[in-house]
Amino acid sequence: MKRIKSIITVTALVAFIIAQSASFSSADEKKNLVIKGSDTMVHLVSNWAEAFMEEHPSIDVSVTGGGSGTGIAALLNGTTDICAASRKIKGKELKFAAKKNVTPVEFVVARDGIAVVVNPKNPVNALSFDQIAAIYTGEYTNWAQVGGPDKKIVVLSRESSSGTYVFFQEHVLKKQDYTPSARLMPATAAIIQSVTDDQWTIGYVGLGYVAHTKGKVKSLKVNAADSLKAIAPSDVTVASGAYPIARPLQLYTNGQPSGAVKIFIEFANSEKGQEIVRSTGFVPPSATGK
Amino acid sequence: MWKEKAIKFGLMSSASVSVISVALIFLFLFKEGGDFLSSPGIGSLFDTRWTPVSFVNERFGLYPLIAGSLLVTFLATAIAIPFGVLGAVYIAEIAKPREREILKPFIEILAGIPSVVIGFFGLIILAPFVKNVFGLYSGLNALSGALLLALMAIPTIITISEDAIKSCPKSYRQASLAMGASRLQTLWRVVMPASLSGIIAAIALGMGRVIGETMVVLMITGNAPQITASPLESVRTMTATIAAEMGEVAFGSEHYQALFIVGIVLLLFTFALNIFSRLFYRRYGNRS
Repeated sequence: MKRIKSIITVTALVAFIIAQSASFSSADEKKNLVIKGSDTMVHLVSNWAEAFMEEHPSIDVSVTGGGSGTGIAALLNGTTDICAASRKIKGKELKFAAKKNVTPVEFVVARDGIAVVVNPKNPVNALSFDQIAAIYTGEYTNWAQVGGPDKKIVVLSRESSSGTYVFFQEHVLKKQDYTPSARLMPATAAIIQSVTDDQWTIGYVGLGYVAHTKGKVKSLKVNAADSLKAIAPSDVTVASGAYPIARPLQLYTNGQPSGAVKIFIEFANSEKGQEIVRSTGFVPPSATGK
Repeated sequence: MWKEKAIKFGLMSSASVSVISVALIFLFLFKEGGDFLSSPGIGSLFDTRWTPVSFVNERFGLYPLIAGSLLVTFLATAIAIPFGVLGAVYIAEIAKPREREILKPFIEILAGIPSVVIGFFGLIILAPFVKNVFGLYSGLNALSGALLLALMAIPTIITISEDAIKSCPKSYRQASLAMGASRLQTLWRVVMPASLSGIIAAIALGMGRVIGETMVVLMITGNAPQITASPLESVRTMTATIAAEMGEVAFGSEHYQALFIVGIVLLLFTFALNIFSRLFYRRYGNRS
């Protein structure tokens, strides 16, 4: 009996200590801000976080990637304060949100162009949306069909979990399915690597990444319809809206932001925040003239 | 009195942790994925396309994923068997004690290399090599994956086969040698048949390791969910599908449930392999 008593005492003691330390951390002055979501945006958000913490030393910001869907799931489960997403929240997710009493509020903080890339040795320089769609749905399987040499096309795509995958499918493939022989690459870096090494591949990546590849891959000029001129992707053409494959990047919060969350969102949209958008390779949303 | 009971209970519960976890994992998988069987229906799993993210028609056919897993697994096993079994024969029967002292730690190190490191090696060294040797457009295919997985299965096969060969009773060998058989004849005609069931068990366990491996196939097989029997084509395995898609899938959606179904199928495969290897292992255990 005596032993049981001592076990109970020890347990109570441990529980007490845990409770104490928990109350300590909540009483602490230092605030924690958690941001989760898009892999495309993870550079941008961590650059923001760094600059933000210099200005507000009392707020700790932690940034993790994992993908837009992960971030949205975390927002719905209440495990993140802000979700970064390279796609809009889906109807299904909104239904879940309503069930969980979460009201996602959207802030567009930047724009991102998606470049269609090939190996520099590939003679093809421009493709129309129709041609790209034909390649990605498996209708065209040879470069000769788009004015290139007689070589088989190796189609590279992002994972189906990527926001970029969904955007590309919706806007360029016009909602058709990808061909089953499209290789789903786990990350943008893997697409760049494969396009660099393998001469007859085609892939798509965020424009911010292309600048860092130093000519190892070639971005194609793209036109949305045959009547339009093919446009090369660049900060300028994305900002002006001339380059046809561009999408908004957004932050989501649960309800209208307040406290540290509000300060961070305001920072992201401030002059300094938008300067960071530019230096990370994206385009400020205001530049597009909406 | 209660003290003894408590200790006994404590020991028993630690021993049954694995049993309980297996049961719980099964329950959990069914709880998360079970709804799929009623709402889109079990029939939608028997389909040739896996297009979970689609504006047209979300299809959850398991055939391409199962085909991908089987292709990679059989290739890897076929590559690993000669190295694994012959390696085990050498270590158990022929190697001098000094050689054994050098070989065995290296086999253990090979078994301990993290799969992501093996995947890196594959991505940088093996895939370009395979691409050049076969004159392909890309080295990310089933064969590259199988070669790396074979590397991971070999230690399992060697270690367990070696056990099996060693536990072949000495009297068999002595009898065979006394009858005038040479060492090679003894090895080939007596020792190997006697330890065959153990070796088969080793191979089955090696296959279990291969079919469940995730990181390497995710990095190196190219991940195209197509049905093919060609080793030079890109494939998508069940494990890679779960790993790549679980992160972003909308909670509780059909796609989410379908991934749990994939998990159940995968578990059934490894379960079958384990039971198969146990049956063989027991047979050989009884004999010696």
